[in-house]
Amino acid sequence: MTDISFVRSEMTGASPAPNPTSGPIVWVRKNLFATPSDTLLTLLGLAFLAWIVPPLYGFLIGRAVPPGGTVEQCRVENVGACWAYIASELDFFVYGFYPAVEYWRVNIVFAMLALLIIPLAMPKAPYKRLNAILFIIVFPIASVILLSGGIFGLRYVPTEQWGGLMVTLIISVVGICLSLPLGIILALGRQSSMPIIKSICVAFIELIRAVPLITILFMASIMLPLFMPAGVTVDKFLRALVGVTLFSSAYMAEVVRGGMQAIGRGQYEAAAALGLSYWKRMGFIILPQALKHVIPGIVNSFIALFKDTSLVYIVGMKDLLEAVKTKNDAIEWASPTQAITGYIFAAAVFWMFCFSMSRYSQFMERRLNTGHKR
Amino acid sequence: MTTATEAAGQPVTRSKMQISKTDVAIDVIGMNKWYADFHVLRDIDLKVMRGERIVIAGPSGSGKSTLIRCINRLEEHQQGQIIVNGTELTNDLKRIDEVRREVGMVFQHFNLFPHLTILQNLTLAPIWVRGIPKAEAEATAMHYLNRVKIPEQAHKFPGQLSGGQQQRVAIARSLCMQPKIMLFDEPTSALDPEMVKEVLEVMISLAEEGMTMICVTHEMGFARQVANRVIFMDQGQIIEQNEPEAFFSNPQHERTKLFLSQILH
Repeated sequence: MTDISFVRSEMTGASPAPNPTSGPIVWVRKNLFATPSDTLLTLLGLAFLAWIVPPLYGFLIGRAVPPGGTVEQCRVENVGACWAYIASELDFFVYGFYPAVEYWRVNIVFAMLALLIIPLAMPKAPYKRLNAILFIIVFPIASVILLSGGIFGLRYVPTEQWGGLMVTLIISVVGICLSLPLGIILALGRQSSMPIIKSICVAFIELIRAVPLITILFMASIMLPLFMPAGVTVDKFLRALVGVTLFSSAYMAEVVRGGMQAIGRGQYEAAAALGLSYWKRMGFIILPQALKHVIPGIVNSFIALFKDTSLVYIVGMKDLLEAVKTKNDAIEWASPTQAITGYIFAAAVFWMFCFSMSRYSQFMERRLNTGHKR
Repeated sequence: MTTATEAAGQPVTRSKMQISKTDVAIDVIGMNKWYADFHVLRDIDLKVMRGERIVIAGPSGSGKSTLIRCINRLEEHQQGQIIVNGTELTNDLKRIDEVRREVGMVFQHFNLFPHLTILQNLTLAPIWVRGIPKAEAEATAMHYLNRVKIPEQAHKFPGQLSGGQQQRVAIARSLCMQPKIMLFDEPTSALDPEMVKEVLEVMISLAEEGMTMICVTHEMGFARQVANRVIFMDQGQIIEQNEPEAFFSNPQHERTKLFLSQILH
């Protein structure tokens, strides 16, 4: 007779795992030296670092001329990065041809931006509504008045004199803040059941996406004035701003649409069955979920936009990269590493902003995860 | 199939389950619906009086779900009339919203909003559709969470709840709108067997309070206990309808007999 029948008389309690499963030594053994091939790869990786790090250190720090150094120091043989050049031209990299006595106006705008955007980005910070109103309505108006001047006794500074990081930041902040809502509207329009709205949105998205940004900027700066009535001019900077924003919003629309398609039909139906109107369904149910799904895609577009701002040099604007390029030819700092130092600086600034956006998006993704993926 | 409701162990109180003789809740007249060329619903005539508890049964693809989804216009019908609480459903969005406000619906897959807490799921529509103040909406929500016996889950997210709990939340979410009619679209079909009972108990108690309801379900025990009318559908048409007792003990149509012999054994 076989023993088919079994009845458990006592439940087995939970017991600790047999070996320590955490700690630095366990981590090293598990991740770096688990198998012979792992060990080999680890050693190769260490060798690569040993090969690349010392020369980099030598160029960037060891043999470099620190800020405050002279051009003669930068002209010695085998010199490292010429940071003295960056430090001495920093004002131009940040403000372009903006008059030096008026720098304070730009600084106030930078300070306002930081003071408004940091609490806005922190989920726990209070007064969100006031903060948002200040950022969306008060800040842009104050910025235009401050930067452009011409009223309240402020000297008028034409946009031709704007430049450097200031231009990069203005175009990207405006582009980012406008392209997301525009993109959402376009995405909703593309999903609309109303044929005319749908066709307009599809046509806009497909037209803008199929054309390089450079073409759009050219069109905005050269073609647009031809269609304008005589005497009416739109500022070149404004035209570039609109071009970048529209370009980015077309991409954003497709990212958002992708997110909306990931939402099951049941969500639309449940929201409808409760009697919520179209805008409330979208605003409370569909978009919050859809946008959360596509945070990586949205931030991807933001980062692309941030870097694409350097294309405005095409229409004669001097953004950060173009400002650096201009000064790289400056005779007074002519030295073997002048240009490369300039480009490293520009790259570092771009990297800093883009990397911050990337980290912030990852933080938001984790925060917004309500654990519904089971 | 009767086990789940019988296991609920409570005799159904029929005293309050009064059916109005004059007040028509839903009137479907000569309704036809097509999906492109496919004729899904054919000549549906159905009059539901206030207080009726109707169970719709039938094989899959017979149009049961489509029929109740037409009643709150999740699906559009092409011919005939559907009048709900005196409002005829047309393309007029205002009328559709009017009907949806008064008709609750519970889905097979719950369809809770995963990005909102349970409490937010329950208060969203009362606040934004009915314009009820937040505090009041939350009090109502807690009342209905108590009724479905999960007040302690109010601040969790739907993903943290079991299927049975989620479905009870979904019922509570509909009730928060204080609907006059409830539609159930296979509410227990996606649940683990152990959780069917807790959902049926809530539905039974709703019936006892006199809620007008239409349930598409395969729970024949529930139909026997609670329904005053069972409708059998096949191929998009109503084949047979009767009181549960007569329907189960003495089916007339061949298709009904076959169906019952398949599911009752």
